[in-house]
Amino acid sequence: MTRLRLAVPTLVSLFAALVFGVLLLLVVGAPPFEALSLLVEGSFGSASKISATLLAWSPLLLASAGLVITFAAGLWNIGVEGQVIMGAIAASWVARVVPGPGWVVVPGTILAGAIGGAVWALLAGFLKTHGGVHEIFGGLGLDFVAAGIATYLVIGPWKRAGVASTSGTDIFRQEAWMPEFQAFGVGWPVVPVLLGLASVALVWVLLRGTLFGLRLKSVGNNSYSSFLLGIPTNRYLLGAFALGGALAGIAGTVQVTAFHHKLVPAISGGYGFLAILVVLLAGFSAALVAPIALFFVAISVGSTQLDLRLGLDSAFGGVLQGVIVLFVMFGGAFAARRASWSRSTQEEP
Amino acid sequence: MALEIRDIHKYFGPVRASDGVSFTIESGTLHGILGENGAGKSTLMKILSGFYEADSGEVVLDGEVLDLRSPADAIEAGIGMLHQDPLVFLPFSVLDNFVLGSPGGIHLDRSEAQSELARVSADLGFHFDPAVAAGDLTVGERQQLAITRLMWLGAKVLIFDEPTTGISATQRVQLFTTLKRLAQDGLIVLFVSHKLEEVEELCDSVTVIRQGKVVYEADMPVPSETLVAEMFGKIFVQEDHASIETGAPLLVCRDLVLDEGTTHIEALDFEIASGEVVGLAGLEGSGQRTLLRACAGLIDPTGGTLTVDGTDLTGASYRDHLHAGVHYLPAGRLEEGLVEGISIAEHLVLVSDDASFFIDWKKAEEVATKEIDEYSIKGRPDSNAETLSGGNQQRLLLAMIPDEVRLLLLEHPTRGLDVESAAYVWTRLLERRERGTSIMFASADLDELLRYSDRIVVFFGGDIFAVRDAAETDGEELGYLIGGKERV
Repeated sequence: MTRLRLAVPTLVSLFAALVFGVLLLLVVGAPPFEALSLLVEGSFGSASKISATLLAWSPLLLASAGLVITFAAGLWNIGVEGQVIMGAIAASWVARVVPGPGWVVVPGTILAGAIGGAVWALLAGFLKTHGGVHEIFGGLGLDFVAAGIATYLVIGPWKRAGVASTSGTDIFRQEAWMPEFQAFGVGWPVVPVLLGLASVALVWVLLRGTLFGLRLKSVGNNSYSSFLLGIPTNRYLLGAFALGGALAGIAGTVQVTAFHHKLVPAISGGYGFLAILVVLLAGFSAALVAPIALFFVAISVGSTQLDLRLGLDSAFGGVLQGVIVLFVMFGGAFAARRASWSRSTQEEP
Repeated sequence: MALEIRDIHKYFGPVRASDGVSFTIESGTLHGILGENGAGKSTLMKILSGFYEADSGEVVLDGEVLDLRSPADAIEAGIGMLHQDPLVFLPFSVLDNFVLGSPGGIHLDRSEAQSELARVSADLGFHFDPAVAAGDLTVGERQQLAITRLMWLGAKVLIFDEPTTGISATQRVQLFTTLKRLAQDGLIVLFVSHKLEEVEELCDSVTVIRQGKVVYEADMPVPSETLVAEMFGKIFVQEDHASIETGAPLLVCRDLVLDEGTTHIEALDFEIASGEVVGLAGLEGSGQRTLLRACAGLIDPTGGTLTVDGTDLTGASYRDHLHAGVHYLPAGRLEEGLVEGISIAEHLVLVSDDASFFIDWKKAEEVATKEIDEYSIKGRPDSNAETLSGGNQQRLLLAMIPDEVRLLLLEHPTRGLDVESAAYVWTRLLERRERGTSIMFASADLDELLRYSDRIVVFFGGDIFAVRDAAETDGEELGYLIGGKERV
């Protein structure tokens, strides 16, 4: 019953967002149904397109799973973008300096990404628990610092031999790449997708079946009550930051070792911020993250076709994603408000 | 000019905060509004000052029915309210606070405002430096600033809500002089208080409110005992006191000094024996919560020592207190006790001491079913805390108290509960005292204090005013003591 009551406004909102998107396309003078079908074709139209969509899905899954953890603890981990970047930087370092075969280097880059992201998240965490800096401001500041470090490395110490260019560092040697599996004439990102799905499963299990998850949820819903119940709230907040940051950091690893194969300044691909939208749309539930993230990357990947075929800027995909989230959140708030109106006529305010 | 209140009703769900209140106050009167906590004084004043809209009834000023939908409406109509904590923006200057909220457009004429401030404050006999930050003023001066501002805005009715809380004795004298002058100048001054002495000293007439109704109106002076009786109602049945053999001292306070906000408790020497029940009486904010929170380890004492069961806990953390067997149950069940969005079973897992990393949900459900049955909680293991009624939330909180607890600290353990639930809560609590647990609880319900305590500590104005054996006192005496007076 409650499930249904939650689902109906979401579906109505999704429909409204779609209508709004169609209107938007009409305003810019594009044929709306052709544009929408191009979105689908651009993301799932061929084996190589499906593979590209799956490769983009993986870091978004990882970053989203990390955010589900921090949201469960009641944290607005806006610093996720910086955590992806620091994960990418740490993984790049390992890819550049650690010798040896792939089965040594690749796990090394994953571990390094996790550590890089976790350290960066813990910085925001300590700023919050020990410095009284709200995680939104601390995280946002650290996002800029991380982006700055990435750019500095690319045009500074890690610049390509002879040329300093923002197009990135030298390509890593092949052993450091995440292996692909060849089928249907294209390479498939099996490892990234498994990492992404495993992160979502891990978070789902943690939050559903463990004492850690339950305490985290308790701290997130009411940290003062939790403190009075004897839960060390700061330790749990920092734990959530560390775990969320580690998953975001692995998303960074995927970006450098499976997609770019080098470090570039805009290494995060905006997946951190996009993950915030995904998790908001998923209503903070780990189970819903996977399909919603897939839907979102499909829009992102597919929208490149709009540029090629209709001359529409591919930013339209981002506009559509934003509109969907706004509509769904508005719909949710509206439903909640109506529920509280009908309650307040029976109960004390 | 007269202020007329006609048949005001205001319900919060089943709670009748104002239940048909009517009275009239003539101009030039300093009128006292008396009533114990929760009697409905504040609700009525908030209706007058536009913070709440009444469900029905009228406020009439000078023959005109007022349409009060917001504080701005009230001020425009000439009704101004001074809150217990003067609503002053501390980082802003005196002048900025003065002009804040004044009607008018975007343009702000500071020099004109400054001369207005000087004029109005001189009329009232106050003096301000307009450039000083409001945060540097004393609470008394902030009140003066707020009065100046309301007078400048043309207030004809001034409401003072417990204005003597947290100000010095000299400032009190000054405030009273101001109030008398304002009344003499033809204003209607409403003085809301629970302090008998102040009302007796100051007011020309008085209205006593109890349970949302006007129960008494008179011109002063009126004998104190009449006011006490009307405030608290009569009937305090002294039941057979279930006295119990108490043991060795469990909680020992020596020269304890506590500071929290305006509360200052000086050199408290106090013991609670094992198995003893101590009730803390007094109006809300008189210091009971401070003592409870200090004993729970949430406030560090500024002096003295605090020992529980022989362990020195002075300055120890809240968690250390928990481990020493101290358990604190604050008044806000859903704010500082339970967690919204978490079920009964999950709450019990959170407090269980043998929970494993992977939660055994089957076992958790069994435990929850057992506790639900034992504590007669109306709910299912998967019911979230916020869906339970107040009484069932309290039962769940009781179920969450660890078995080996030594000292239980409770705030308003039965507030808002029906009679049956309240009795049930106490049955369960008293079972624990038989096992040697000591209980200290704050309550506004004199009946509850008398019925369940061995000793009653009365707080007044942020300090301990009196300590009585429950068996040797009665509701009438407590009424006096709570109002800050010894029985004559």
